[in-house]
Order: sequence, then structure tokens, then C-alpha cells
Amino acid sequence: MKQIDDEILSYIQRLSMLELSEEEARQARLDLQQMIAYLDKLNELDTTDVEPMSHVFLLGNVFRDDVVTNQDGRTDTLANAPKQREGGFYVPRTIDGEGTQ
Amino acid sequence: MSLMGLTAIELGRKIKKKEVSAAEAVEEALEAIEKKETAIHSFLTVDKEGARRRAEQVQRRICKGELTSPLAGVPMAVKDNLCTRGIRTTCASRLLSDFVPTYTAEAVCRLEHAGVIVLGKTNMDEFAMGSTTETSAFGATKNPWDTKHVPGGSSGGSCAAVSAEECSLALGSDTGGSIRQPASFCGVTGLKPTYGTVSRYGLITYASSLDQIGPIARNVEDCAAMLDEIASFDKKDATSVKRQACSFREALTEDIKGLRIGIPSNHLSEGLQKEIRQAIFAVSETLKQQGAVVEEFHLDFMDYAVPAYYVIACAEASSNLARFDGVKYGYRTKEYANLEEMYKKTRSEGFGSEAKRRILLGSFVLSSGYYEEYYKKALRTRAWIKQKLDQALERYDAILAPVAPTTAPKLGVFEGNPLKMYQSDIYTVAANLAGLPAISFPCGTDCNGLPIGLQLIGGCFREQELLKAVYAFECTRNYQRSPFAMEGERTEKCHRREYEQSI
Amino acid sequence: MSKAYETVIGLEVHVELATKTKIFCACSTEFGGVPNSHTCPVCTGMPGALPVLNKRVVEYAIAVGLAINGNIRKCCQFDRKNYFYPDNPQNYQISQLYLPICTDGSVEIPTDTGKKTIGIREMHMEEDAGKLLHSRSDMASIVDYNRSGVPLLEIVTRPDIRSAKEAVAFLEKLRLMLQYLGVSDCKLNEGSMRVDVNVSVRKEGADRLGTRTEMKNLNSFRAVARAIESESSRHRKLLENGQKIMFETRRWDDKRGISHPMRTKEEARDYRYFPEPDLPPILIEDAWIARIEKERPEMPEEKLERYQREFGLPKYDASILVGEKHFADLFEEATALCGKPKKVSNWIMGELICLLRENEMAADKISFSPENLAKLIDLVDAGQISGTVAKEIFAQIVTKDVDPEKYMDEKCLGMVEDEDLLREVIVSVICVHSQSVEDYKRGKKRAIGFLVGQAMKTMRGKANPKTVHRLLEEALSYEEAPRA
Repeated sequence: MKQIDDEILSYIQRLSMLELSEEEARQARLDLQQMIAYLDKLNELDTTDVEPMSHVFLLGNVFRDDVVTNQDGRTDTLANAPKQREGGFYVPRTIDGEGTQ
Repeated sequence: MSLMGLTAIELGRKIKKKEVSAAEAVEEALEAIEKKETAIHSFLTVDKEGARRRAEQVQRRICKGELTSPLAGVPMAVKDNLCTRGIRTTCASRLLSDFVPTYTAEAVCRLEHAGVIVLGKTNMDEFAMGSTTETSAFGATKNPWDTKHVPGGSSGGSCAAVSAEECSLALGSDTGGSIRQPASFCGVTGLKPTYGTVSRYGLITYASSLDQIGPIARNVEDCAAMLDEIASFDKKDATSVKRQACSFREALTEDIKGLRIGIPSNHLSEGLQKEIRQAIFAVSETLKQQGAVVEEFHLDFMDYAVPAYYVIACAEASSNLARFDGVKYGYRTKEYANLEEMYKKTRSEGFGSEAKRRILLGSFVLSSGYYEEYYKKALRTRAWIKQKLDQALERYDAILAPVAPTTAPKLGVFEGNPLKMYQSDIYTVAANLAGLPAISFPCGTDCNGLPIGLQLIGGCFREQELLKAVYAFECTRNYQRSPFAMEGERTEKCHRREYEQSI
Repeated sequence: MSKAYETVIGLEVHVELATKTKIFCACSTEFGGVPNSHTCPVCTGMPGALPVLNKRVVEYAIAVGLAINGNIRKCCQFDRKNYFYPDNPQNYQISQLYLPICTDGSVEIPTDTGKKTIGIREMHMEEDAGKLLHSRSDMASIVDYNRSGVPLLEIVTRPDIRSAKEAVAFLEKLRLMLQYLGVSDCKLNEGSMRVDVNVSVRKEGADRLGTRTEMKNLNSFRAVARAIESESSRHRKLLENGQKIMFETRRWDDKRGISHPMRTKEEARDYRYFPEPDLPPILIEDAWIARIEKERPEMPEEKLERYQREFGLPKYDASILVGEKHFADLFEEATALCGKPKKVSNWIMGELICLLRENEMAADKISFSPENLAKLIDLVDAGQISGTVAKEIFAQIVTKDVDPEKYMDEKCLGMVEDEDLLREVIVSVICVHSQSVEDYKRGKKRAIGFLVGQAMKTMRGKANPKTVHRLLEEALSYEEAPRA
């Protein structure tokens, strides 16, 4: 059984962009440990010949035609922005001045 | 009796006959809400002005003969994870406490198009994660049958609103039982349609491959009428399905001769409240008398459904909920030194503990080194469970099973014991994993006067059989109203006494 | 010492597809635009919004997959790549990892020692991210989602490339292919083609690859070549000094000709890929593939062969035209209008390339109507303008897309047909250049060429040199006669 130690817990907190308080972390460790022990039940089941199923139905392709139907979306897009400037979403400066692509 | 004590079809008929107006119906609903909300708290937002405005518009269109739906003019509550343009949509989360969508969920659009009037948004477990509506950031909803008990969840607000007769219709969503379980706890009828039947566009996603929107109402006919409006292929949702056109409501007949119903005997073993087991046998007897063929059989995935469900649901949730980061909408933490701190503080302050727990678990099962062991294994288990259910549903038109191991528990029972709460989903999650339709319907009360609900699970795209069976059963009994439904009909004194007891 | 090492290169190429709408919503893909104007709930990750796949993206991907000789998967699927960054509105990117649309392709490139095959490991579809604009005044960035959801193909080669030259040959071949397929304009400077380079160095003959580094921010093929040279020599030096190479991502600074390590965005590169549940798998039937193959436009090799066969162009000329899609398009359209392929080709290969160079213009900036080139050629052939004037007008066509006929009339550039006027010019030329006249009369018949030239110069090119030649001969013989 996997041990949920502090290292794993802080790793998955980082992946999840969550920062638990000490008390929360203590509780989360226990909960996750208990949960994972429970999930290990899955190992009892032999699924060697079963293909993983990510979608319940395969009912053919669903596509959209390549036609522009959306109008200028600025107003709606920014309507709920917690902080905006110059028509964009305002965030603390990103690393290295680079995008992800 | 208040107009809200009528079924939606009855109310719709009165409106059509001009016996009452849509505006009057809305006023009665608002009055009932006003009266009952302090005790029940089924709503997070009541859009009084909007509802009145819409009632006027709908009435004009009814008079012009433009609205033909049997539900035209009927007020409805909407679960607060369905986006409504111009009406705050919170998912019962602090993160979205000020979020006002600029678009409306397709299911809501379709009902509005038919002339149904949105009253407001109902309470739920935060991001639909929970089985009691206690994880709401805005306080728990109480069960209209006994306010010391939970209404179930996550669609607890929607079910409580119908049960308390604040309205006759509500929309909910069901990811692992979130319509069926609160429906059973509140003594109302709730349907989770086949995956893909109702467009998920505008439903704030918990787990994309499991979520399905469905109707909640007093009886099966109202549910069928609602399904008639919301079931449709939507080109905005690639997982929605083109189904053959049919009227679910017109398919309702008492005739269920030859309908084959299976009861999984291993669903009746220990852990199940005795009265629920008795209810199964009682319902089975009734159905037999109506001409159905009922038999017991063995369905052997009980131990694996809940673990597989939580792996998949949490994995998808960890990704679906990543977008709540304080950049584009919703809550943003007040002070931060850099981007990462903004993300972390926003999310840590914004999400409640149950959402955090599931996000962490989801990140874990997808993380490098555990993906195969947990996530992929769960996908295989899901396929295996679907095989088993599909096989059973070749032999039976429907499977009759409990919805939950007990009737509505008291508030706070699951506090500090999430696993126990997860395990109580044991009867409902399989239908979501396999994408099958399932309906929860009331069939009596237990010794504490709390409603008992059972479910029928059907083959995919075969809602008609489920609706028919429940309709046949309903015809043999009277609808049992919750104490809070009768609230308006009692003396003020009586009301106060009960309310004081409840707190 | 350095001879003992070999450089191993793999490329990851991102190409923006030239669809009208984004990959998962009906927003425009137009480049630029007011920030966030080309956005909707889907491409800004609004709660409850759902993606629906643009069919043309799949068709373009299939077309490219066929062109790179890859296997098109009968059932492919999207996956989510999870990471937090503000240009990525959902904090996951919809991409393909487990079942990409195309695998195991190859592209043949020319090298000094003949043809070489570069393997393509896989190609997949994905969505682009938004753009971050950085404020100078404070520590802030502004997010613009106009680019968010623009369709991309990512093409990943095997580590088969061994030099900067091969890398550039591959990229040029790939770019041309994509342009001819019409799936992308492949502009590196606008980011519609982006190249990341993986470089490693190993002892020649070694089985295992050395530790690689990834180079980003390469805005031209020249930058790609320089970055490869620089990085491989950096690796060599480190290895020769017995130092280790760090597996890292580096940013190329083309101005300074050096690279430096990029700060990583996330400590962990654990993207938690899983199948995208909002999008059903894509089923690709053989008939669909066959239809796309049938509709495929003519590819560069085919054009090269046809230009030689159909138009009788020399191989070299044909290859210059084909090597730049804008030349080939111009050539075909102008030829169709005037029916003079050789002349059209000469104008492109000569004057046009020259003018582009003079004006520092890229070929994709050619915007004049092929009709104007065709008209110009007809005017010359009809003797209405001289070659000199034609060149003058062509420069105007290239820069201002003028109609040559109108321009000729407006500027009075038409040929002077009035022989009396020409005789007057000739008389003055004869007077001024008496030495050449003498030379001619003494039997140095070639001197007449100089005199024709002078007369043409005076006429500012607006005369037919043949007429001038005839009139000069007449004038000179006339001058001789009285003396005899």
C-alpha cells in the first residue's frame, strides 16, 4: 500500500496549486491514506482482458464546420475579470517573459 | 392548498385554461420561498424581479398561443451549477460567490424556451462534491421532512425545494447519485437520463464523463414532461447524443405486463436499512400485481464501483477545477507577491475542504507513477462494470435497487469521515460509470417518518421503460407530502413551534 | 578532438493551421486584433463551456499526415495536458499524447551526399495558448486570449538529423509542403511556425544518445542553424572538459548569438495527461482518407516535373519557381493569362528576385496582381514599350501594383513611332558624337551600336531600337552620299 508521506502530500499540493495549513495537511494525509487503502480494493479485480474505457459511448464523430459565427467577445469575456487592464486580464508578471507555446 | 402543491402538469393545465396566470404562480412560489427558506435554505439566489418579468413575458406568449408545452408558465428552481445569464451562479463555492455568467446552460435555455420560469438557484454541495449539501460554502439545506436531517446531495437544494413545495419542478445534476439520492431523502422523483441525453453545455463540470443533468419533480409525469423539453442533441456538447425523437410523457402507461425486473440480491445484504429492504419487496409485489415479472439475481461488482468511481471522478475534477485560479473570473485572493502565490492562495482560500480533498486525490491518481495503477485500472474496472450491467440489462428491462443504504441521516453524521460518506454512494455510482438511465422514486416512509426511495436502472436510451414502471407503481398510491409542504396551510403558531424545534 | 563527436538533432515543429475558426469554437483565428476580441466562453475556459472539434483541423491533419508518409490512426483521441499558466485559460491544454492522429512518418531531404530520410515519430493536433503582454511600468502581465484555441499541429522528428544544414533542409522541405497543402502560411516571424530543437552530442559510433538540451525562441531558419552550431559546440566543450551536460530548456538569443537556461515554469513536469472526457474519440475511415488524398493539391516535386515537361523550363528555373510558393503561384497565374511561360519565368527569376532583394521584401509580401505582369509582357511583345521602360513599370507593379497600360499612358512611356521626330534626335546624336560617326565610316561598323544607345538614351527608352538602327543607317549613308 502506498504511504502518503509529507513528500507526496506536498508534491500533489504543488500539482493542484493548493497550500494546506498544517492542520489541514495533517487531516488530508490521514484522509488520503484511508482513501487510497480503500482504492487498493481495485487490485483484487482481474481486468487483464478488459480495455480501459474513457468514454461510455462511441457513437461516431461530432464535428463543427469551419465557419466563424462568434462576434466580438471582449465585453462578455472580461465581464467577470477580478482585475483587468487595457482589455486584458491582469496577472502578476510571469516568468521569463514567455508563453507556454 | 397552494398552487405549488400541484404537480407541474396540473399547474400548467390551469395556466393554459387561464384559471391562473403565470404571474400568480410565480407569486405563490415566491411567497412559499419567503415562508420556508429560513428553515429549509434550499435557495442560494432567488431572482424575484427576473422571475416576475419572465412570468409577464411567458403569459403574453401563452395568450398569443405561442407556447404549447404543458409546462408553460410553471416556475422552476435550478441547481446552482447550471449557468444562468445575468443570475449569479456559485456552485455553492466561495470561489464563484460573485460569478454572473454571460450565457445560459442549454438545459435551462430549452426549458425557458418552453415557457418554464426560473425562480432562482438552489443550494448544493460545493461543486457537486458531497452527498448531504453540507459542503456548500453558504450553509447546509435542511430536509423538509425533518429539519434535523440532511436533504441528501449534491442536488439537495433542488430536491428540498420541490419537497417543501416552494416550486413543482427543479433541475439537478447527477454525477454519482446527486439527483437520485437527495430525491429519495426528500420523497420526490428524480431522473438521471442516459449519458448524452441532455446537453451539458453550461453545467459547471465536476466529472465530465459522469455528469448528467436531469429533472426533479413530485411525480414521474412531471419528470417525463421535463425530459421531453431537455433531451436533445446539442451541437455545443460533443458528448450529447442524437436520439430518436419520442415523447417520454406520452409513453407513460399503466400497462407493464411482461416487463422484466431484476433485483440484485447482493444489494439487499447487510448495511442496508431494514425498512428499505422491506420496501423493495413491497414495491416488487406491487409491480408483480401490475403484470411485471420480477426476479432476484446476482450482480457482482458491488465492491469495485465506489473505488472506480472516486478515482475517475476525482481525476477529472482535479483537471476541471484547475480553471478556478483567480485570473478570469471568480474570487481572487487579496494579497500576493507573485503568480504562484496568487494561484495557491486563491485556490486554498476559495475551495472548501471536500473539494480540496477530491482535487488532491485526483492529482494523485493521475500523477506520474500512479496513473496506471489507479486511473487506468479504474477505467478498466469501469468497462468491466459496464459489461456486467449491460449483460444484466439484456435479461431485464430494469434493475430495482436501493438508492442509499439508509434514509436521510442527521446533519453532521459524515463530519470527519469522508470515506463513510463515499461508501454511501454504493448503489448509485454504477449507473453513472455505465452511462445508464436511472430513476429514483418515493415509496413510503420509515419509522421516523423519513421518506424511502428506490431506484430503477435501465438499459441505455431506454428511459421509457423506467418511466412506465414508476408510473404504474405511482398509480397504486397517493403522493406523500412533506411536513414542510403543508407549512403554508398550518397556523402561524404551529409553524413557529416546529421551526423552533428544528433549530 | 572534436571530430570524435557527432551532433544528434531532433526537431519539434508547431504549425498554426490556416483554418477560419479556432479548433474548439467558432471564434476567428485572425492574427492580431484588439485583445480578447476573438474570444468566447470556450476559448477562455469559462465554467460550463465545452469544446467541439473543428472538422477542418482533422482534414488538414490527415492531409499533412499523408504528405509525411505517416500512418493515420483509425481512432485517435484528445488528451488533457495539465499545468497552470495564465495563457492557458483552463489550466490544461487539449492535446494528444496516447493516441495521436499520425505516427511513423518520414520526410526525404537533399544533402551533399544525396537524399536522406528523416523519421517523423508522431504528429498530433492541439490548441494554442493565449498571449502575455508584459507591462513595463510594474510587475504585471496582461493576458490576451485571441490566440487561445488556434489549431496547431505538432510534428516531432526522430533524432535522425546530424547537422544544422540538415535541420534547415528538413524545415524548408516541411514548410514548402505545408504551404503547398494550403494548411498553414508557416511564418516564423508571426509565430505560425515555431521550432524547438533538441540537441545532444555523442562519441561517434556510440549507441546511446547523449544528454539533450532543448532550444527555444528560434525565430528564423538562420537562428535554428546558429543555435544548433552554438549548442553543439557548447556540448562538445563541456564533454571535452569532462563536464556533464544538464538536461534543460535553453532560450536562444539571436542578437548575441548565445543561449541561456530558461527558468522553469513548474517545478515538476508532471502533466498528468489523461483522455479528454469532453471530446469523443475521432473515427477516421479509409474513405475519408482516400477523399482527402484525392483532393490533395499538386506538391512541389510534381510541379517541378510539370514545369519542365509542360512549359519547357530548364530544371534550375523550375526549381527556383517551385522553391517559393508565391513564385509558383504568380508564375502559374500570369502564364495562364499571357501564355508565355518562359517570359513570365524570366521576369520572376530576374527582375522580381532582384527587386525583392533591393527592397528587403520577403516573397510572402508579394501582393500584386499576376494580371499586371501578364499585361506588361504583352505590351513588350506588341512593341508598345521597350525593355527599359518595361523594367521601370515592373518596379511600379511590384511596389504599387499599377496597371501597366494605364501607367504607360499616364507617364507617356509608350513607344515613339514618329520617324521625323526620331530623325531629329539622330541628327543631333550624329553631330555630338562625330568621333563615332568617323569610326563607323572608316568601316568600324560596330560603332553604330553606341550611336543607337545614345539615341535611345535621349528618347528615354521610348523608341524601338530596331527603328532607330534603321534610321541611323539611313542617315549615315545619306551623309556619305554627297561626298562621293
